[in-house]
Amino acid sequence: MRDPAELPPQNRSLTAIVGAMSLIAVLLIVQVWLLSATLESFLKGNTRTAIPGVIFSGLIFILCLGLYLFVDRVDSDVRSVANKG
Amino acid sequence: MNWLRRASSEPLWKDEFSIHTADEKYVTRRQLTKFLVLTSLGMFVGNIWILIRSVFYRSPQYAEMEVALASEIPINGVKLFGYPTEKDRCIMVRTTDNQYVAYSQKCTHLSCAVYYSQENKRLECPCHEGFFSVEDGSVLQGPPPRPLPKIELENRAGVLVATGVREG
Repeated sequence: MRDPAELPPQNRSLTAIVGAMSLIAVLLIVQVWLLSATLESFLKGNTRTAIPGVIFSGLIFILCLGLYLFVDRVDSDVRSVANKG
Repeated sequence: MNWLRRASSEPLWKDEFSIHTADEKYVTRRQLTKFLVLTSLGMFVGNIWILIRSVFYRSPQYAEMEVALASEIPINGVKLFGYPTEKDRCIMVRTTDNQYVAYSQKCTHLSCAVYYSQENKRLECPCHEGFFSVEDGSVLQGPPPRPLPKIELENRAGVLVATGVREG
């Protein structure tokens, strides 16, 4: 198996991007569950779950945003290297 | 988010629609990532909407309404009525000599009308076989996510009066 350090920069970046996207997908699944659970609870007449729901949903969104910025940055780096080359 | 990115001399359209074939996969993935993050934002906004609704939530007030005479329903018998409006169909069951229970007839799964099974002594939804306890309206089996809303009843000198709706 090849050492990842030996891979071309584009391939390494692609691996990082795919990893970040997979993580975002997992976080989205958790967020969908969180939203549906909070909605069910609210429809039952329980209003106490709304605040924890917003807090955790916000945290997940911030994580997703951070991962997007990471993907964007890696993508820009690869482009600039490719353009110089 | 341009302020977080390195300054580029390339025009934006060239950045978004790369002319290099090798870069196309990066553009596609970046756009998908952007879409996923926007989806996450949408769900976050949904949670905020639930919070706002929770903060301003007030229990609805229901008018009292005579729905039946106690003597007109036999033991293990059923009466259908509308409460709080005629369109909100409800089902009342006389479970024992002195006990009357009433629930919204709408299944909490997909709003099919539930009926009372005298054999099994439970409320059943014929659409997806969701079963509810006749004692408290809780879900016994099937896909319904919530108990049936319970209609609060009072027996006033032989007249059954609905006084409110309690969500399960």
